[in-house]
Amino acid sequence: MTAEPTTAESAAEGSAAKGSAAKGSAAKGSTAARSTTVEFGHRAWVVRRSRLALRWQARTVIVCVALAVLTLAATTAALALGDYPLTLPEVWAALTGDPGAGFSSIVVLEWRLPRAVAAAVFGAGLGAAGAVFQSLTRNALASPDIIGISTGSYSGALIVIVLVQGTYLQLTAGALAGGAATAAIIYLLAWRGGVQGFRLIIVGIAVSAMLTSFNTWLMLTAKLEVALAASAWGAGSLGRIGWQEMLVGGGTVLVLLVVLAAFGRPMRQLELGDDAAHATGTRAEPVRLAVIAIAVALTAVVSSAAGPIAFIALAAPQIARRLCRTPGISVVPAALTGAVLLAGAELAALHLLPVALPVGVVTVVLGGGYLLWLIVHEVRRR
Amino acid sequence: MKIAVAHDTAAPLTRRRVVGLLAALALLAALVLASIAVGSRAVPLTAVVDALIHDTGEGDSYVVWSLRVPRTAVLLAVGIALGVAGMLIQALTRNPLADPGILGVNAGAALFVALGIAVFGLTSPGQYLWFSFAGALLVTVVVYVIGSAGRGGVDPIQLTLAGVTLGAILYAVVSAMMLLDPRAFEQMRNWNAGSVVSRGWEVLLPVLPFLAAGILLAMAVAGPLNAIALGDDLAKSLGANIGRTRVIVVVAVTLLAGGATAIAGPIGFVGLMVPHVARWIVGPDQRWILGATLLLAPALLLAADVVGRTVIRPGELPVGIVMAFVGAPILIVLVRRRKAAGL
Repeated sequence: MTAEPTTAESAAEGSAAKGSAAKGSAAKGSTAARSTTVEFGHRAWVVRRSRLALRWQARTVIVCVALAVLTLAATTAALALGDYPLTLPEVWAALTGDPGAGFSSIVVLEWRLPRAVAAAVFGAGLGAAGAVFQSLTRNALASPDIIGISTGSYSGALIVIVLVQGTYLQLTAGALAGGAATAAIIYLLAWRGGVQGFRLIIVGIAVSAMLTSFNTWLMLTAKLEVALAASAWGAGSLGRIGWQEMLVGGGTVLVLLVVLAAFGRPMRQLELGDDAAHATGTRAEPVRLAVIAIAVALTAVVSSAAGPIAFIALAAPQIARRLCRTPGISVVPAALTGAVLLAGAELAALHLLPVALPVGVVTVVLGGGYLLWLIVHEVRRR
Repeated sequence: MKIAVAHDTAAPLTRRRVVGLLAALALLAALVLASIAVGSRAVPLTAVVDALIHDTGEGDSYVVWSLRVPRTAVLLAVGIALGVAGMLIQALTRNPLADPGILGVNAGAALFVALGIAVFGLTSPGQYLWFSFAGALLVTVVVYVIGSAGRGGVDPIQLTLAGVTLGAILYAVVSAMMLLDPRAFEQMRNWNAGSVVSRGWEVLLPVLPFLAAGILLAMAVAGPLNAIALGDDLAKSLGANIGRTRVIVVVAVTLLAGGATAIAGPIGFVGLMVPHVARWIVGPDQRWILGATLLLAPALLLAADVVGRTVIRPGELPVGIVMAFVGAPILIVLVRRRKAAGL
């Protein structure tokens, strides 16, 4: 494996056949850069093995690894901390199924593991969904929240809570149905010989506004205790996640994330505009439809299991972009940032605060505070 | 050739603008009359006109002057304020998704009202007024300081993100306070719906000077905003003072949206939707958009309130809730029918 620092210019020539020629031009490029101090972009690592050529920006890779380590640390801490504190070896013994683990095995595997893993996976799903919308619309305000998918899930759940007083399983089903129905309605209303981005968002905003009003009205008519319970669910909570919810919800999110990763390259072409994307061999419409469907599914699944956790979809891509110092939005760093945000907020909500608050509330305060700090910090650096 | 085409389209555009504005004016006038006539006690149109001319102080005349006219005035003021604030913020940020709440106005108002309820034990909309206004102003100042930190003054993207982020944080704090205090939750869910019930002259008049100042500022910057729409560099070369324009816009949006929220609570969607509709009718010139918004925004709010008063008579639905159901279908039909223009 040859990993070498090179410039963005040379990496643009991807094919292995031109490998040596590209290296030559890169060398020429860097001599030119030395003499005239022209900046060619960020430091990048390029890997070429016969037909395969991959290029990573050094800073992005380092940030992603750091984020992954942080997520793992937060998840491990979530397994160890609690009213029945465990040491790390005890957690490891429980995880590996050591017969001597005893009671700690139940604590770790049955009580803490589903919730901790769900926090990281759901966070990643929301971050990735936000990245898709912000990348497609090239608009920092766009997120699945704004076009009403999570509002639809909340409507479905509210109907179950307020009108039917249903069980938790019915609540999940209601939320899932609400999210899916909203997505279908928005898509049908926006469809007119194809779905154009701007029209989709305006229709989404309109539908979302109606659903928000409907939700407010349901809350007004409900009894105080019922409305309070509904409001707590609406803030987003992982409190009722068990193995079943984790396996179904988390598994779906993971599959969707893997599929989404395959669209990373065409999505970057789409950011250049449809014409440029066509010219570089990307079919714009099918790609856009596919990634929107994935992002909507991610949001609907997470909202149905944990409530409409706001803000991660909006903040994670922006935080990731500032950490990686990339010009555009990319999915993988955004997903990892989302995972850190939700896992960290879950940890803080459970162990740092004196009162019990839904994780969604804590996420917004932590993630929002950090994003504000980043915004100010970024300006100082300029 | 291109010049000839431009000449061909200029005349229809002017006609379209004039016809559009006249139609909007007629619609607004009809809705004002409807808003005075419709309610739990229906007043026939002839009686409305009669009562407006001769104030006898009893019967229909009493209902009209003591209840309907103040309420209609409040709706007009709130509608104009929210619509113009929305038009300004979309022009400033060059973002079609921006609404007046984006600078943290609603979140600041909500936080202070929640504090007022939880800490000072407030109970009525009249008492919320100054808490709400102070919160809106204070939070916008904070957003502005964060959004304009660093060299080069206000950066629209930075300002937008700062406003949305701070707004989200404050809303989270409010919802935490509400979840921990059921009594505050009970009052906040009513305030949150956005309503003009029992808001009369005593709520409108103190805020009116702030709204008027906001409208005057908006009129002053509508021209320069046209230049800014071309991008910062081109605007500068055309002689627009970008920094001053942005500061004026932020002040105007704060006064308008803060004042409206102080009167009626958070009413969403009107500031987001009306500028789009206005733009589709009169084209991209901000001065014409301002004119159309001045007529269309209060019309939408009045229509929503009239519907809210009729659907579950003798009870009524808060205008903030009905608004989306009146406005959203119109927006969907329009965005499907026309080739929707961006900014």
